[in-house]
Amino acid sequence: MINPHPELPELEYVKPASLVEASRFLKEHDSEARPFAGGTDCFVRMRDGVMKLKYLVDVKGLNGTQDLSFDPKKGLTIGAAVTMNKVADNADVTSHYPLLSQAAGSVASYQLRNRATVIGNICNASPAGDTIGACIAYEGVLNVHGESGMHQVPLSNFFLGPGKTVLKTGDIVVSITLPLPKEGSFGVYKKLGRNIIGDLSIIGVAVLGYPCQESPSGYQFRIVLASVASVPFEAFKAEAVLAKTKITNDVIAEAALAAMESVKPIDDVRGSARYRKYMARNLTRETISEVWAKIGKHG
Amino acid sequence: MTLTHITITVNDLAETLDVPQNMTLLTMLREKLSLTGTKNGCTAGECGACTVLLNGEPVNSCMVLAAECDGADITTVEGLAREGKLSRVQEAIIKSGGVQCGFCTPGMLISASALLKRDPHPTEDEIRKAIVGNLCRCTGYVRIVDAIKEAAK
Repeated sequence: MINPHPELPELEYVKPASLVEASRFLKEHDSEARPFAGGTDCFVRMRDGVMKLKYLVDVKGLNGTQDLSFDPKKGLTIGAAVTMNKVADNADVTSHYPLLSQAAGSVASYQLRNRATVIGNICNASPAGDTIGACIAYEGVLNVHGESGMHQVPLSNFFLGPGKTVLKTGDIVVSITLPLPKEGSFGVYKKLGRNIIGDLSIIGVAVLGYPCQESPSGYQFRIVLASVASVPFEAFKAEAVLAKTKITNDVIAEAALAAMESVKPIDDVRGSARYRKYMARNLTRETISEVWAKIGKHG
Repeated sequence: MTLTHITITVNDLAETLDVPQNMTLLTMLREKLSLTGTKNGCTAGECGACTVLLNGEPVNSCMVLAAECDGADITTVEGLAREGKLSRVQEAIIKSGGVQCGFCTPGMLISASALLKRDPHPTEDEIRKAIVGNLCRCTGYVRIVDAIKEAAK
């Protein structure tokens, strides 16, 4: 019989005093240890027996992981211990990075968002990660502590596949920095779940738009789709459609079609690949239209 | 098995405990402190029956290690009543008939109390959003939402 209430398997809870100590411990214990922030993902997988670990290395006390700061020149920095609720409700995030605020607020439930973190969402590298699209659209760069000290990794080069990233053993993502968004930008995150709120996404669409003189249309868009490929990805072809010519409803529909053609979804319990494909088109069209209604000079 | 020594305040009482490192806050409350008001529903952070306040904020106690809670302040459903007097939201849920089997009630009360603390006059939409993570299979939520509205008056 399946045990409905599995306890966590035996493990050691490690709370290193410094980043150097943490990286060294992770390196020495390679596949048996993992950095741990909110635990909302790894606890479930450990209970299911999918993830087997001997050590959970708590990063929440480490230097820089509690940061949540906005600088009008450098942008926004979010530490690895900062929860989804703190990000979603932060006044600087809501005013300068609305796309991220919406995405963080769309995750699961209020009490889960008090534990779940944006960095954890990124490092788990789920194709469905809700905050990943916003962080890619805002051109986020991860600040990573590894064996040889700190280095930076652009988020756009971070994902290799479901659960797979470019991180090496001993690497700890300390924070993410999102540069100041482009002047006049606005973003919308739309997510389709089996419920109106609270579910994992069947598809998630993050769209950021801003005026851009170099584009023939006068605007540039960043469109990132989740849950419709092995990793969240940017729909460059759809973005190109919106850049090349004066934006109308027909052009938005054409861009949504281009987004649909770029997806490679799978069938799973939440939806079929075919359904996801059509919803990619519809949700992308709706999301672009909402952003366009806000940023476009109409008439 | 390695034990961690923690000092933790639960419902205003300081407790000193040795906890196994894989023990969750939920198991610690129920099995070490016999505070069985907090329920174990899904052990996956979905149902909210195990919701408690950790330093004033609601969390799923099945998703928190007891070893992480050294120095923390916890409030469980047993801590909502003060000096033998039920809280407003507890009174309201009894009056509205928002309790049927009762399994979701402790977590629901904690989520509702936390909501009313951060927003004393929430709209119905805000109430419903605040209890997204508290599943109830009996009531259909209407009387629970009514109770939270009543407590917010």
